[in-house]
Amino acid sequence: MIGLDLVYAVAGAVFAIFAVSGVRDRRWANAAFHALIALSFLAGDRLGDVINGVLVLALVAIAASGRMRRAEPTPPAEPRYGPRVFVPALVIPATAVIGTILFKQLPGLVDPKQVTLVALTLGTLLALALCAMLLRARPDEPFMAGRDLIDDIGWVAVMPQMLASLGAVFALAGVGEVVGGLIGAVIPAGSVFGAVAAYGLGMALFTIVMGNAFAAFPVMAAAVGVPLLIRGASGDPAIVAAVGMLAGFCGTLLTPMAANFNLLPAALLDLRDKYGVIRAQVGTALPLLAFNIALLYAMVA
Amino acid sequence: MLVLAGIAVIAGGFLLRFNPLLVIIVSAAVTGLAAGLDPGRILATFGRAFNDTRYVTAIYMVLPVIGLLERRGLQARARSLVAGLRGATVGRLLMGYLLFRQVTAALGLTSVGGPAQTVRPLVAPMAEAAAERQTGDDGESERVKAMAAATDNVGLFFGEDIFIAIGSILLMKGVLEGYGIVLEPFQLSIWAIPTAIAASLIHGARLMWLDRRLGRAK
Repeated sequence: MIGLDLVYAVAGAVFAIFAVSGVRDRRWANAAFHALIALSFLAGDRLGDVINGVLVLALVAIAASGRMRRAEPTPPAEPRYGPRVFVPALVIPATAVIGTILFKQLPGLVDPKQVTLVALTLGTLLALALCAMLLRARPDEPFMAGRDLIDDIGWVAVMPQMLASLGAVFALAGVGEVVGGLIGAVIPAGSVFGAVAAYGLGMALFTIVMGNAFAAFPVMAAAVGVPLLIRGASGDPAIVAAVGMLAGFCGTLLTPMAANFNLLPAALLDLRDKYGVIRAQVGTALPLLAFNIALLYAMVA
Repeated sequence: MLVLAGIAVIAGGFLLRFNPLLVIIVSAAVTGLAAGLDPGRILATFGRAFNDTRYVTAIYMVLPVIGLLERRGLQARARSLVAGLRGATVGRLLMGYLLFRQVTAALGLTSVGGPAQTVRPLVAPMAEAAAERQTGDDGESERVKAMAAATDNVGLFFGEDIFIAIGSILLMKGVLEGYGIVLEPFQLSIWAIPTAIAASLIHGARLMWLDRRLGRAK
């Protein structure tokens, strides 16, 4: 069955090529960083947990050394290909859509949990082929251009994965239960509004700390949602769960801990303010959080 | 209580502008030690989680395609497409993208868009081109690009939970089952709709406000 193996093989190959081209241009720190990511993709499952941990320490050491460099300025674009340039760009999302729908009809071919990632990978390969056919790209040309982009992103590239891993350590250490207990302790007894507000704000705050509403939900459900809102105030469990999760998503819009959503685009778009995307989201996140709390109160009380 | 020291390390480290990767690893060490875990166990836990979450980083495989297309003038093409549309404004353009992202995410098509796939190559340059026409210069470029990325996130977050097979719905179902509460995914996903509507109204109003600030298309 096709699954993450294919996805990781392609991603690993791309990073390996980035590393080789970094060596060729004597950009040692960047090359080493990308070589380690390639190693993780291609052999991570065979390395064992401790070696993977050491690999992370090596990535951090390279990033903290300050030796990784941004890309050299590129020559200006040559717009002589006309609207054909849109074709490979649109093939990636189109393949993601068609693949997702098609693979569901053909069970057994693709791992159902990884359908979108597999479709995205196939779309990328197809787009690469189209780059060569329609736009006369030399085989190494996309990878040189891609390396310039990844060099501009720099070590921010692995930050989302690092934060997700920190979440695993937080979970093992029981951080969630402690925070949940603190939030549960501040609710005035018998106040439904107090419980609703603590639950909604708690989901958002906890998500801001952990970077992920998924980590917040089990804790806030245990501390407030189930005992006070579902059992205590007889709230509809579907509403308590669904709206609580969405209150958490408002927190995701506000935190640098959700680096893949908030810091990565700032790096990709070359924003001067690396918190620029979060600043642009505050005006939507706060009123929407208030809406969720009001909705929940209206439905529970 | 001691395990919260790791959160203080994160907040302080980001604030004092240490290298964030270093801050994360120190926070993991502090949290683990405060919980009485031995250093080897902390390293192994971190290493295993890093290996299990590689799919987060796999998205960079699209960079060679995006990079090549940019060298072939993709962003310039996207700009000239918008420049030729009468009445295209930043607000209307991003409002259209917001609805597209919400509807596709609600159908489970979450990777149709994203900062690498759509925002950098297409949406941001189009929004910039519209803004330049509205204001006559590129002084608002930074804010407009940030708004394009923000619109992508808002559309994704407040669309995806309407789809019944998304991770967060399955997580809620699983957690509630632990308390003996059995729900169908459909019951949860239908309650994502009010917030999805509120998100398009609130964010849409902000986009219209941005248009008013930038001035009407000339």
